[in-house]
Amino acid sequence: MSKVRVLVGTRKGAFVLESDGKRHAWNVNGPFFTGWEIYHMKGSPADPNRIYASQSSGWFGQVIQRSSDGGKTWETPGGGPTQDPRGWMHGESNKFVYDVSGETGKPLTTHQFYDGTQHPWEFKRVWHLEPSLGDPDAVYAGVEDAAIFRSADGARSWQELPGLRGHGTGPKWQPGAGGMCLHTILIDPQNPKRIYIAISAAGAFRTDDGGKTWSPINQGLRSQYIPDPNAEVGHCVHHIAFHPSRPGVLFMQKHWDVMRSDDAGDSWREVSGNLPTDFGFAIDVHAHEPETIYVVPIKSDSEHFPLDGKLRVYRSRTGGNEWEPLAKGLPQSHCYVNVLRDAMAVDRLEPCGIYFGTTGGQVYGSADAGDSWEPIVRDLPPVLSVEVQSLP
Amino acid sequence: MIRVVLPTHLRRLAQADSSEVQLEVHDPATIRGVLDALEARYPMLCGTIRDHATGQRRPFLRFFACEQDLSLDSLDVPLPDAVVTGAEPLLIVGAIAGG
Repeated sequence: MSKVRVLVGTRKGAFVLESDGKRHAWNVNGPFFTGWEIYHMKGSPADPNRIYASQSSGWFGQVIQRSSDGGKTWETPGGGPTQDPRGWMHGESNKFVYDVSGETGKPLTTHQFYDGTQHPWEFKRVWHLEPSLGDPDAVYAGVEDAAIFRSADGARSWQELPGLRGHGTGPKWQPGAGGMCLHTILIDPQNPKRIYIAISAAGAFRTDDGGKTWSPINQGLRSQYIPDPNAEVGHCVHHIAFHPSRPGVLFMQKHWDVMRSDDAGDSWREVSGNLPTDFGFAIDVHAHEPETIYVVPIKSDSEHFPLDGKLRVYRSRTGGNEWEPLAKGLPQSHCYVNVLRDAMAVDRLEPCGIYFGTTGGQVYGSADAGDSWEPIVRDLPPVLSVEVQSLP
Repeated sequence: MIRVVLPTHLRRLAQADSSEVQLEVHDPATIRGVLDALEARYPMLCGTIRDHATGQRRPFLRFFACEQDLSLDSLDVPLPDAVVTGAEPLLIVGAIAGG
């Protein structure tokens, strides 16, 4: 029978939840990396035992962890003790240094700061790790301040793909409330040279040449509280998702509005339809139905909790516009948690399983495509991210 | 041998047996020399005490020894004799902040 492994990153450590294909009885493993913020963990599609984790702290900065046994044990790549002090190894698995060389495109070195002045890029943390589809040792990292890095050696070392910051709109990017973060990386399974990324608050970008050059893909996004609501960049995109079989069709949860593109991001249209709020963070697509999508509407702007204290996932079976609330098994009173942008994921089993984590420390799972929900765990630290691995 | 006391999180990250590690540091012993030796033995600590790009001490970490705060001194100032002889440890301390 198939198995499922749910990777949960929290404010105070990582947890690995495992179940058989029924998805009702769960083993909870962890916490790992206690006391550290785990912004994201994700497994390699090419080798499910290879998992990468972003571990960070306001005191000690960034650490990258790697597991080669499905999350049982972890290591800092290249960080083992050296035997001979003269043969110094320098741990570089957490070395994210922006590329400022002239040879690789002279990336811009400033962005817009909160006060409107130009501010130099300063690395703060890794928000998202996206393993390559075919090589367990290749992995991308989306970081704050916004940039994308790539490792080809199992996260031992990282190199920026400087074309993203270098294409010209960088001085117009600015931090959202959570910082200026590159939080979404989607690799086209039909064309691995095509990658989509999203930045708060700059917008979505696409490369068609493996990361050398990038273009903003924000036409059709409308953000009424920026000076030019239809600007080329400056939009606060919260998350993007696609179905692997149809990677040119994108679904976006923007700061306001749910959006859809049918042309690989060249143009967008709003599909918020009858959703009860105009705000949210997470969005994902059913594993077997490319037109079935899920969001968790959140009340904007500074409240950031479910409307009326009722936690409800909304599902559209029509690719947007027509939405139905899914509440069975979820708290329907006095619930004031949030669901963050990387905290929802789907498995590949039949029927499709949906999972999401909350800032209240609950991880909910549905083994029937959202019709009903059960808490897998209730009392973890605030959940930052949820990813799922479907295992044979 | 210079004695260095690590904060709990870094001791765990380094998989050190105890919070205090002993390091051989070239003369004249300085904080920079201690950090070089520490990172050589524990490469996973690179970047956690001083920033990879700037080499500067991370803002929420402090260096204490002999009841003195050495954090704002140059990394190249010689350490107190009591630290050099091993009579007193160099403390790397995480600032009390956050939740």
